[in-house]
Amino acid sequence: MIAARGIPRHLETLGAWVLAVVWIAPLVYCVWTAFHPPEFASRFALTAPLTLDNFRKAWDSAPFAQYFFNTFALVSLVLAGQLVLVTLAAYAFARFEFAGRDVAFALVLVQLMIMPDVLLVENYVTMAKLGLVDTVLAMALPYMASAFGIFLLRQTFKSMPKELDDAARVEGAGGLTILWRVYVPLARPTYIAFALVSVSYHWNNFLWPLIVTNSVGTRPITVGLRVFAAIEQGVDWSTITAATLMSCGPLLVAFLLFQRQFIQSFMRAGIR
Amino acid sequence: MSRAKATIYGWLLLLPAFVLLLAFTHWPAVATLHASLYSTPKRNRPSVFVGLENFEGMVDDPVFWQAMYNNLLYALGTIPASVALALLMALWVNEKLAGQAWLRLAYFTPTVLPMIAVANIWLFFYTPDYGLIDQIVRAFGFGATNWLGNPDTVLYCMMVMTVWKEAGFFMIFYLAALQQMSPNLAEAAAIEGCGRWTFFRRVTLPLLMPTTLFVLVNAVIGAFRLVDHIVALTGGGPNNASHLLLSYIFDVAFRYWDTAYGAALTVVLLAILGGTALFQFLVLEKRIHYR
Repeated sequence: MIAARGIPRHLETLGAWVLAVVWIAPLVYCVWTAFHPPEFASRFALTAPLTLDNFRKAWDSAPFAQYFFNTFALVSLVLAGQLVLVTLAAYAFARFEFAGRDVAFALVLVQLMIMPDVLLVENYVTMAKLGLVDTVLAMALPYMASAFGIFLLRQTFKSMPKELDDAARVEGAGGLTILWRVYVPLARPTYIAFALVSVSYHWNNFLWPLIVTNSVGTRPITVGLRVFAAIEQGVDWSTITAATLMSCGPLLVAFLLFQRQFIQSFMRAGIR
Repeated sequence: MSRAKATIYGWLLLLPAFVLLLAFTHWPAVATLHASLYSTPKRNRPSVFVGLENFEGMVDDPVFWQAMYNNLLYALGTIPASVALALLMALWVNEKLAGQAWLRLAYFTPTVLPMIAVANIWLFFYTPDYGLIDQIVRAFGFGATNWLGNPDTVLYCMMVMTVWKEAGFFMIFYLAALQQMSPNLAEAAAIEGCGRWTFFRRVTLPLLMPTTLFVLVNAVIGAFRLVDHIVALTGGGPNNASHLLLSYIFDVAFRYWDTAYGAALTVVLLAILGGTALFQFLVLEKRIHYR
């Protein structure tokens, strides 16, 4: 027991740092390759000149601007839809005693386990029938009614004092006004948490967009990167690395700038 | 408000979300079951009822068993490793070691990257001869290895990537739980002369049990749901050695367009996810009672 009890603190600090360095190394390597000429792709020399050529080459060899625009459209559409639908549903679950509520809630929770990600075949059939294949809407629709969001927001709404509700009602405010004026502002931290989780999820989503899109005009950045890397494979590592870094750049920069907010949000979303 | 009125309002508020939920979660789940009992429609042969024929074919399909075996191995390889690492990371970050914020940043950053970018980054490491791993190996006098081209190593390569990406994500859940833990516990333990290891084993670990179960459930779902890296890097190859269940479904349905068989395979996946859900319902929900 004596040995186990007394792992010295500085040894622990050392362990933590070794793990951190190992953990971040792949990304550092990626940054190194992207910002140096190809001959330094796997050779480390302090004198290696910095360059943006790899990014220029990547940018010129695929319609990345269009891909970014598509991802931006996708992420905004999903989030906008989610915020509206999730707010209304969560309000219903939190504040209305209605027939069939528990069954309805159980049906919502089913989606926490069986996400649209695994129902590829039938969802594709549905999109084909609706004539929506290869549209941004098709990428977004299956995710708009987010069970996770409904659950999260319902918890938040439920934790608010009912007296606020009654006070507003005395003032003559109707249900939707109360929701908009009282509940939504008070739930701001939850909204931010949900929005950050949602944006990172859909910025990174790949398989469903890969299936349901087939043209440059709709492809999000993840699928675009895949198409680009598949064509370029083995040709020019530095360019692929630059493209990879570029594709997660905006999210990565946002994360680094608002690190605390991001992690707090993920934590908030994680506590159920 | 009367109950009738509340019912009308409640369902009206619920309606938009519910329509989409029915259309893209419940309906496709039911339609998958239905489609799995029919044959794939061909050019001049419409789909006909075939009963359990698709499932019989599945039993005789070696690739299906390979994908199942792979997926099991993949889950057993990635889940304990990433959960254990996540716990270690959370404990270290929570302990306020020197440079705490940097540690947290280093651990969490891979989580923010899309799996497809992770795949591209790791591709460099795995490239034969030229990649980083082979360069290191060569320094020790070994020859080149085609890590992704070898059926014996490819799945392990995928596992390493997954652990790298997921551990930081699971760390967050542990961190949240640790921060909610009362500091009085540690003080009381210190007064009692309880060592740090004993405290961890007897107090922290049991208190983290609900979190561990929650993380485990999420990890199991993840192991069956996230196949971006497989689709992008190996397409399930070589020789199906890296196929997971969902990547095989993707191949069957969208490369060979055998949608009926794809549906039958999806039924198996749904059963696995449903089983996980049941486990969570029966075991995890208990924690609410003793809280």
